[in-house]
Amino acid sequence: MGRIAEHPILGEMKSSKEIEIIVDGKPYSALEGEMIAAALIANGIQTFRYTKHKGPRGIYCGIGRCTDCIMIVNGVPNVRTCITPVQDGMRIETQHGTGVWKRGDDHA
Amino acid sequence: MHKASVVIIGAGPAGLCAAIEAAKAGAKVLVLDENLKPGGQLFKQIHKFFGSKEHKAGTRGYEIGVELLKEAEVLNIDVWLNTEVCGIDKEKNIWAVRNGKDAVHIAAERIILATGAIENAVAFPGWTLPGVMGAGAAQTMINIHRVLPGKRVVMLGSGNVGVIVSYQLMQAGADVSAIVEASPTLGGYGVHTAKVRRAGVPFYTSHSISKVIGKEKVEAVEIVALDQQWRPINGTKKVLEADTICLAAGLSPLTELAWIAGCQFHYIPELGGHLPIHNRYMETTAAGIYVAGDITGIEEASTAMEEGMLAGINAAASLGFYSQKEKEQLSAIVWDRLDALRCGYFGQKRKTAKERMISVGKKVIG
Amino acid sequence: MIQGALKTTGAPSLEELKKSPAFPRAEDYQIGPIAVIECIEEIPCNPCETSCPKGSISIGKPITNLPRIDFNRCSGCGICVAACPGLAIYIKDYTYSQDEALVTFPYEYIPLPEPGDTVILVNRQGQEICEGLVKKVNSAKAFQQTTLVSVSYPKQHFEEVVNMKRR
Repeated sequence: MGRIAEHPILGEMKSSKEIEIIVDGKPYSALEGEMIAAALIANGIQTFRYTKHKGPRGIYCGIGRCTDCIMIVNGVPNVRTCITPVQDGMRIETQHGTGVWKRGDDHA
Repeated sequence: MHKASVVIIGAGPAGLCAAIEAAKAGAKVLVLDENLKPGGQLFKQIHKFFGSKEHKAGTRGYEIGVELLKEAEVLNIDVWLNTEVCGIDKEKNIWAVRNGKDAVHIAAERIILATGAIENAVAFPGWTLPGVMGAGAAQTMINIHRVLPGKRVVMLGSGNVGVIVSYQLMQAGADVSAIVEASPTLGGYGVHTAKVRRAGVPFYTSHSISKVIGKEKVEAVEIVALDQQWRPINGTKKVLEADTICLAAGLSPLTELAWIAGCQFHYIPELGGHLPIHNRYMETTAAGIYVAGDITGIEEASTAMEEGMLAGINAAASLGFYSQKEKEQLSAIVWDRLDALRCGYFGQKRKTAKERMISVGKKVIG
Repeated sequence: MIQGALKTTGAPSLEELKKSPAFPRAEDYQIGPIAVIECIEEIPCNPCETSCPKGSISIGKPITNLPRIDFNRCSGCGICVAACPGLAIYIKDYTYSQDEALVTFPYEYIPLPEPGDTVILVNRQGQEICEGLVKKVNSAKAFQQTTLVSVSYPKQHFEEVVNMKRR
């Protein structure tokens, strides 16, 4: 867990602006432009949701195909966190069950 | 409605090479990709590629990606990112959603499907727990997003993906506890296995994961020896320390769009299963629809790039940008490079399987 | 297909290596520093051949041929070590000094060692063999992020050592 600041092949990590995201009500730092899943992993968060049978889930495919990493983002459920970039002040919540869309929800 | 002469779906190595070749020929090209960045899975390939000079051997995958994007830019190729294709038909109409909001209709003269592949899953008790992920997912996290998904990894699968990702996890600062392989022999290139072996990683051949230990996440892994029929042997269980399990059990082609387009399929298990039938010009049974890369059968980025070039050249030729003679000459050059990559022990199986597909394609398509 | 140690333990055995055309014989080491190529499977790859400034490595066509090397032409320069995508080549110098040999291997982990550091050298199975003294660390731009590390070590372990332990 954590960031790979230095890498033997890729070199130093490009510096990006630090922003704040709110995960289950608590503030965490994230880097502008990175995916939600990456920000959570960098902060040591591994469990993104629970199925309706209460099974914990985290990232699985990492490229937007499998939907294992979905969470509630700014109130919208079932958002694929591995391909959705963070935004300053973004509210991210652990999803329990299948998630319910409200009328007028804009898919992130 | 938008119009384009050649529309390429997928901006990975195959799609980008197809786009570059079609644009070089003079066609107006549009590339669609559902991701926010082009390159497909090329940018997470941080190792040096094999092959010869013509295959860009010795260059790291992500650097090849940078070169392709530069070339595409110079050629003024239009790339629509964040664009999900949801439907195509035999008349070569494409329906897509741009930026998660706008429905668009594109009328294409030619379509090249370069949609790639997805990693296979392996089910065992606990495989859904956080900490179990595709080897490619771990590779995306470390090499693209620069985050480490775990500190101690057990890799399931010793093919090239399994050993390369194991090596890259160590480069990113993780430890690899073991590489577990159900078959009695290792799958990947010996040079890759030797590299991780001398870094101290043990291989467990004729072994599989029997279960994950942990309720909420991976805390350790239990492995078990397998007999010749791949059945677990009693009394051989062993617990390995791990917080992460990566699955490298092959890939499956992403063929949905070819099915929707009405392409005919042929089953070739060695290449990943049901595949759109195509001829040596990469054309499918749906006239004017071409395929390239992993959708035609699981291989490597280097072969995907060559197939992309073939599809690009031939899609452009069918629109009149090349004469019959030029088309044959240009295709033959690419086929020579493809054949070079598909020889030897590792390539032979793929070569034979590909030849079967091409002969079916020749019969059905011409 | 190769069935032995390489395909079960991950690393080639000495017997497997000795059967390959590029692996040096004892007398080849008497010349000076030479490239040791541990590439015993027919994979489609030839950057060692095209990178060698002396033309001492040959693969030809098809590119799955195993590499051959003319030790009389090899100067042990190390260019092929960085060019090999499989990191399967290192340079060994038996003539380095009376008691010590020199090995130059590819290394792609951080932190990189520095000249003067003592490092632990390993064999093909990753087992610790002996300590060595880092003489040179070469991260030339042309090597594309593959660093060449040269380490001196006691001659008695000449054959076993192939790389260093990751730190």
